[in-house]
Amino acid sequence: MSDHKKPPVLIALETATEGCSVAVAAAGTVVERADETPRGHTARLLPMLTEAMAEAGVTPGDVDAVVFGRGPGAFTGVRLAASAAQALCLAWSVPAVGVSTLAALAYGAHRRTGADRIIAVLDARMDEAYWGRYRSAPNGAGLTLMEEERVGTPEEVPRGGGDWFGAGRGFAAFPERLPPAALGCDPDALPLARDLIPPGAVALQAGEGVDAAAALPLYLRSAVHY
Amino acid sequence: MNLILGIETSCDETAAALYCPRDGLLAHAVFSQVAEHAPYGGVVPELASRDHVRKLTPLVRRVAAESGVALSDLDGVGWTRGPGLPGALMVGAAFGRTLAWGLGIPSVGVHHMEAHLLAPMLEPDPPEPPFVALLVSGGHTMLVQVAAFGRYRVLGESVDDAAGEAFDKTARLLGLDYPGGPAVARLAAEGRPSAVTLPRPMTTKPGLDFSFSGLKTAVLHAVQESDGGPGSRADIAHEFQEAVVDTLVIKSRRALDRTGCRRLIVAGGVGANARLRERLTEEAAERGFTVHYPRLELCTDNAAMVAYTGYRRLAAGFRDDMDFSVRPRWQLSELAPPVV
Repeated sequence: MSDHKKPPVLIALETATEGCSVAVAAAGTVVERADETPRGHTARLLPMLTEAMAEAGVTPGDVDAVVFGRGPGAFTGVRLAASAAQALCLAWSVPAVGVSTLAALAYGAHRRTGADRIIAVLDARMDEAYWGRYRSAPNGAGLTLMEEERVGTPEEVPRGGGDWFGAGRGFAAFPERLPPAALGCDPDALPLARDLIPPGAVALQAGEGVDAAAALPLYLRSAVHY
Repeated sequence: MNLILGIETSCDETAAALYCPRDGLLAHAVFSQVAEHAPYGGVVPELASRDHVRKLTPLVRRVAAESGVALSDLDGVGWTRGPGLPGALMVGAAFGRTLAWGLGIPSVGVHHMEAHLLAPMLEPDPPEPPFVALLVSGGHTMLVQVAAFGRYRVLGESVDDAAGEAFDKTARLLGLDYPGGPAVARLAAEGRPSAVTLPRPMTTKPGLDFSFSGLKTAVLHAVQESDGGPGSRADIAHEFQEAVVDTLVIKSRRALDRTGCRRLIVAGGVGANARLRERLTEEAAERGFTVHYPRLELCTDNAAMVAYTGYRRLAAGFRDDMDFSVRPRWQLSELAPPVV
């Protein structure tokens, strides 16, 4: 970062689900492009990034870091964001910041509804879900992950600990089998690149930016266990 | 166009290379995942994809360091668009296309089989088209007439298993390790000629297509009828290799006769088979044609051939748009020839 007083200029990529989105954060604003294009990510990613950077008035030399949704999600999708992030970091000599795709879901629900206890759930296929439980940090600085994110049957998602807001298409896939979402539910929500920016900025500030080679997916599920 | 990066991730080798039209191949590096797939007896696509995303950036840095260049010096990127495993291709596609986009330089998605066809051009004394190419690997077995750069006609190909696949399956039937090619060849060296008899599939028919699945079944029967001892397993390996080599030699000879070409190039992993090389060299001397092999490391999957093909395509004016969708089943015949 060239100037510590200004917030960093960040590029964010999220392609782990049927949604494909990019965001450019600069000078206190976020410009985003988002589409729901199953199988169309490879055609849309670079045009969206071109448009968003142009609208934000950001050129490659301005960028401080590339934030990418590292998963969990569709294996091919999480690799797409990671591979593209590696390439951008190499081309621009900037660090990468991997952020959980479930965190993007939780931050999105928090941004839209103000909910401060969120279970983010994605359909992991094969009758399983990916999930993470998030709640507001006591100091108001974003959301905190409660237990490690996991993959398993919907019945394994922890119950209790108060009332929750449910976010993500896991709630559409398993409407009867997940914990009750007493604070409300958005079963159609997709993780968005713009919601990678707040946790990405915190991680970058905390020195958690990594080299391009370490911009890797987090699958949660092993490659050959089935 | 002075410096082209090549990226290859179509199957189970991750590879990067740098090519310079003035100085030739500057560096190339391959990470083979063979050891990781060996316990499964074949390529596990998801494992392959996971390895590509871990290995690609380190390999790109390695070839840049070996060549003494910075990525900001690049003039273009060639990356493998297909054919291959969809998830594996996607890693190289997203990486290669996005790298070029980030650097503001052109790129081109390369056809993996065209890259194999052009690999001999990286050798000091490259064969000039027209020639016939025998492409023979774990994924492909085909004869292609190369009239000129970008002008290809598939003369024949396997209707079922690739020759390399037949080696892998035979290795399994004989209790040998994956990959089967080298293992079967080693055992074959201990076998006796004509101790067992296996068919030479489709050699009595006039066409140039191949079929290897019947041969695999014949091996199964031979194994079942044998005493199962090391001697008879070696005899079967010997005869299997002879059957595959005979088939490839007969069809290659026929392709040369049919096209009137006097040059044969051999590429792909099975092109490394010593017995195949020996037989083709004899055949060439007898019948007055020449046979060219890229060095072994350029026979198997590599990025040097992708960098070179990328260079040729970019120099001919081909350019990617921003869509880096892969083509897992891309046919050589669908490839656009350069406009002269």
